[in-house]
Amino acid sequence: MKRQLLDFWVGLFVALGIAALVFLSLRVANLTGLDDGSAYSVLAEFDNIGGLKVRAPVKSAGVTVGRVSDIDYDTVQHKAVVTVAIDSRYQFSTDTSMSILTSGLLGEQYIGIQTGSDSEMLQDGDLVWLTSSAMVLENLIGEFLFSKAKEGTGDTEAQ
Amino acid sequence: MSDYLQRVSGFFQALGRPVTEQLVALGRAARFFVEVILASGICLRRPGLVVREMYFIGVMSLVIILVSGLFVGLVLGLQMYDTLERFGSGDIVGMVVALSLVRELGPVLSALLISSRAGSAVTAEIGLMKTTEQLTAMEMMAIQPVARVVAPRFCAGILSVPLLTAIFNVVGIFGGYLVAVHLLGVDTGTFWSQMESAVDFRMDVVNGFIKSVFFAVAIIFIAVFQGFHATATAEGVSLATTQTVVKSALVVLGMDFVLTAFMFRGI
Repeated sequence: MKRQLLDFWVGLFVALGIAALVFLSLRVANLTGLDDGSAYSVLAEFDNIGGLKVRAPVKSAGVTVGRVSDIDYDTVQHKAVVTVAIDSRYQFSTDTSMSILTSGLLGEQYIGIQTGSDSEMLQDGDLVWLTSSAMVLENLIGEFLFSKAKEGTGDTEAQ
Repeated sequence: MSDYLQRVSGFFQALGRPVTEQLVALGRAARFFVEVILASGICLRRPGLVVREMYFIGVMSLVIILVSGLFVGLVLGLQMYDTLERFGSGDIVGMVVALSLVRELGPVLSALLISSRAGSAVTAEIGLMKTTEQLTAMEMMAIQPVARVVAPRFCAGILSVPLLTAIFNVVGIFGGYLVAVHLLGVDTGTFWSQMESAVDFRMDVVNGFIKSVFFAVAIIFIAVFQGFHATATAEGVSLATTQTVVKSALVVLGMDFVLTAFMFRGI
């Protein structure tokens, strides 16, 4: 086979392969998303983070504004310390509250941000005070059963 | 009495021989591996040789990779949708297809396909060169057969397999897309967004790529080793070709488990 034609086919093959790799990284893995260069980190302490994982989305009004970058345990206060990287395009006031929410009934957990009214904005390394823990389904069922049982005993006492 | 002793020692000899033979073969393979790596410098000095081999290993395998990738994607889409729909989550079919292709099916299936399409051809080619004493002739002309014949095929294989795997993955995802969106009526946006949110660049795409590089080294090394060390007869070459396909399949599947255990242990 002629040299030129051979080179052409191999070149085409390599180009196809590289195009496939680029497609996999950009379209399938969505690498174009948030880049860490333009993000600031905020700490938040939770009593219970449930099933929250690193890289879970952080949403405000349903829009993804950041990601969970680290989860640690505070041995003094016995709380979970979550580091959240927020895109620097979005600013939130210092009295912002964070809560761990679940998408759907049994879906993935994410952090929801509810902004406050303070004029001062959160800076890199700040701690968010107002947090509410994850809803743990087992606790919820436990509470429900407990309240049902209490209702039951209340009825018998009334009679 | 001495007859009895002889029979006992003969039994132990027969028991030990396969083990020592395997160990000798393993040692020879390790030595050959180092030899090939050392001779691989020729791939940089004479890229023309590598391009020629890439044509035979890469370009000629394109058709089987494209067709198999497409059908694997189509079948995955159908099967996964059928099962997921029972839980009312048929929408995540895109994510399931992409994850299973990028993580497992892409690297493993393309390695198996390439080893039977190109690996066996490489073995037969080198084995026949040995049978017809071309390798010896080269040595007589002070040309190292390992550098001239083996190393370019080795380099070409390592370059081709990851690229073919990436093409397999993309075509497979396209197949899943065809079935899910055009046949089963999943929404296009949901299909892609579910996939994008679930597939991680580092965990899935990069790990899949690393897997395919490991498989590439394994299958192409088995192919050149079997060819280079084939018995110089027609029967020997046919045996070596069979051994290439069988051993590649076993090594790829075994390595896949080990690599997966290393990569996804953290989750």
